[in-house]
Amino acid sequence: MILKIILIIIITPLVGGLLAGMDRVISARLQGRHGPSVFQPFYDVLKLTQKESIQVNTMHRFYVYASLAFIILTVVVMLTGGDILLAIFVLTLGSILFVLGGYSSNSPYNTIGSERELLQMMAYEPMVLLTGAGLYYADKSFFIKDIISAKVPAIIYLPGVFLGLIYILTFKLRKSPFDLSMSHHGHQEIVKGMTTEYSGKDLAIIEVTHWYETVIALTLVFLFFATSSLESRIFAVIACLLAYLFEIIVDNGFARVKWQLALKSTWLVTGVLGSINLIVLSFFR
Amino acid sequence: MNIITLLILFPLIAAIAVFLVRNDSMRNVIVKISALITCILTLYVVSTYFKTGASLSFANEHVIDLAIISVEILVASYVIYTGIKSKCYLVSIFAAIQTPLIAWFELTQKAGIEVKSAIILDNLSAIMVLIVGVIGSLICLYAVGYMKWYHEVHKDYKERKSFFLSVVFVFLSAMLGLVLSNNLTWIYFCWEITSLCSFLLIGYTRTKEAKKNSLLALVINVGGGLAFAIAIVMIGINFKTLELSVLITLKPGIMVLIPVFLLSIAALTKSAQLPFSGWLLGAMVAPTPSSALLHSATMVKAGVYLIIRLAPLLGQTSVGRIVTLVGGFTFLAASLMAIAQRDGKKILAYSTIANLGLIVTCASIGTQESLWAAILLVIFHAISKSLLFLSVGAIEHQLGSRNVEDMNILMHVSRKLALYMLIGISGMFLAPFGMLISKWAAMKAFIDSNNILIVIILAYGSAATLFYWTKWMGKLVSNANNRNVTKKDFTLDEELPIFIQAVLIVIACVTFPLISKYALVPYLTALFKGNAMVPISASDINIMLIMLCMILLLPISFIPLHKKDKRRIVPIYMAGENTGDNETFYTAAGMTEKVELKNWYMEGYFGSAKLTYWCNVIAIVIMCTGVILLIRGLA
Repeated sequence: MILKIILIIIITPLVGGLLAGMDRVISARLQGRHGPSVFQPFYDVLKLTQKESIQVNTMHRFYVYASLAFIILTVVVMLTGGDILLAIFVLTLGSILFVLGGYSSNSPYNTIGSERELLQMMAYEPMVLLTGAGLYYADKSFFIKDIISAKVPAIIYLPGVFLGLIYILTFKLRKSPFDLSMSHHGHQEIVKGMTTEYSGKDLAIIEVTHWYETVIALTLVFLFFATSSLESRIFAVIACLLAYLFEIIVDNGFARVKWQLALKSTWLVTGVLGSINLIVLSFFR
Repeated sequence: MNIITLLILFPLIAAIAVFLVRNDSMRNVIVKISALITCILTLYVVSTYFKTGASLSFANEHVIDLAIISVEILVASYVIYTGIKSKCYLVSIFAAIQTPLIAWFELTQKAGIEVKSAIILDNLSAIMVLIVGVIGSLICLYAVGYMKWYHEVHKDYKERKSFFLSVVFVFLSAMLGLVLSNNLTWIYFCWEITSLCSFLLIGYTRTKEAKKNSLLALVINVGGGLAFAIAIVMIGINFKTLELSVLITLKPGIMVLIPVFLLSIAALTKSAQLPFSGWLLGAMVAPTPSSALLHSATMVKAGVYLIIRLAPLLGQTSVGRIVTLVGGFTFLAASLMAIAQRDGKKILAYSTIANLGLIVTCASIGTQESLWAAILLVIFHAISKSLLFLSVGAIEHQLGSRNVEDMNILMHVSRKLALYMLIGISGMFLAPFGMLISKWAAMKAFIDSNNILIVIILAYGSAATLFYWTKWMGKLVSNANNRNVTKKDFTLDEELPIFIQAVLIVIACVTFPLISKYALVPYLTALFKGNAMVPISASDINIMLIMLCMILLLPISFIPLHKKDKRRIVPIYMAGENTGDNETFYTAAGMTEKVELKNWYMEGYFGSAKLTYWCNVIAIVIMCTGVILLIRGLA
């Protein structure tokens, strides 16, 4: 068990980093560039760790480390087959710590980033919770190990919830049009959003945290397709990759929207797709 | 005299003593000692009877009843007089109907009704007694220090400290009586006394606003009392009983459901649910100790306590459905409206309304899981919220303001206070703290009972909750520079209760599996006559405890690290125009200007002026639907 946890902690960021590398390549091709190697994210992080870390105050980076710790705990809970609601709550705690880090700098640009991140959290949180609720409805258990060994994939019961989840994955993966708080598109960013006051090792940690988060987001997609059979799990992995590809294309196809639209549209999508799906499901129960 | 009777009567004696002693320092000593004795009595009573429970009956009950009736008539005359004097005739009418009604019932109809056990102490009332006794006495302790500087700052208000403190003790006595009584007329009596205390405390400053708000509170609560009185008469005449414990064993036929609906209305007014929530927001003009004690930790819990008691009659019945909807809707609406608030106490008030809504929802669903969540919510909410109120009171003392925007310098003024605030806020919504555990169980209970609409409401409401609390936390951690900070002394009178409550939150979080095992599960097992299960599995509880350890240990591991750290500290980035002090920047004209960072309040979306009206309309529609359903049941 302990070995398994250690493996999860080590392998997850490697997968996340590779996904980020793929993202870089695919985005470059979409934009008519050649793009870097798939391993570029790792080189970037390595380089960041060798840079001098400057800081604006002593407490600032604490929140980033704490955030990483809880995001790792989320991954461990999820990949060991734990309770999905618990995983969501731990993930929320990790995200909130990151937001508080931004506030604690008291820097204008960083604070704007934090405020926007918080708004994004408010926008996507209902859908995340409904995803948890929906999976429980479909499989009668909050435990991921039970959900992925069901007979019928959850997507059959929860097509609406799944579409809603894809909608909010854009927030979680920090992709346009919903990358209000921090983005890798320099042209639409306010300085560097939430990461403005971070540098060196701290920035590297933020990057690694994001790799973990990518895996968390895709695991949620995985849960909709996996059943007890092996083929379904392979198919589920392909579905995750397709979802990721879809998000990359959306990222390259849209410009950042205003926060009003981000909040309203997400709550509307959640209300329509997620809620109606669940209400219909509850009728047949 | 039985020790339980003593527990109820002791605060009353303390109240008289506090009222009579006019010397400040002597009165303070009396208040402190009385608070301590109340606390010890509470702990003693609970530890004695926790395992076995207790039920008392009195030999000379009709004498007590007569005494109660005479006090009620006195109170009613005062209320009627107040109503006429301040031209608020509605409250006079309410009082003029209900008291004669109850008196008529007591004197002519009650003859054949026998009350077997007038006082019952089971696990639920033990929990309530603990909350009232322990938190109540801590708040009394705090009130001593608070009222001292309150009058130093507000010289324009007439100093009536002994009045204030004695009303607080009267309230404690009434509240203890309320949760311990099983006789409905006694509960009703205590209910009315708490309404009166609330009225007196809100109107304490005697300003125009205070008078207006206190009258609003009185109208709504006395209106609730009227519903309560009618319910008692109906139950007494139809079923020849006055015991709450008997009432809940009746079959939920239409003749039971009508009084239950009336009792629920009384509970909803007390717990400030929509459309009755206006009074609780107005109540924030009262001095902070009374807001902490009456308007968040205890008195408003009387309503949800009653609903938890009535749960077996709610559940799947039409009344239960309506109450569930009202609670759920209140949770969502109040959470959204809290986003647009800047005043710390207002945020706390909205959050109180929202959480009471959640408790009402859980309780009225009435399954074993949902009741587990409801009772846990009551416990955690009481501790966290009273800590937050007391802290905001202390912050107001330190900063001279309770606007959230001004709290960005709190870290410089008082690190301790900022930490207490952070603990309190975390306790309200973050994993692994108490409220979240309960919300989690609530979510599971809602799905299991197929209340999908409530699940959706909970999802949106939680998102809003997360937003308004985190932005407040953001201000607290923001470390804003301020050179001219004036530190005021943070007296022990103020700090000790705050500190104890902060410790209580952490202890409650660590020991909640024990609370569940020794208090909730036995209570629910007895209520449902079957083995009660804990909705959260053991492995999850372990992970929660790991998280709690992480939260406690992470800061510790960080302290030695940054002391020998050689990192360069640089000014914050202001597009190259930082003047160097992190406070000001050069404008285009070469002038210097101060940086101001503000939070988002989104008044265009969540402003209470805009939302309140429609929310009330919707809540009234839900209630009317309930009435229609009942009338249909009659026909």
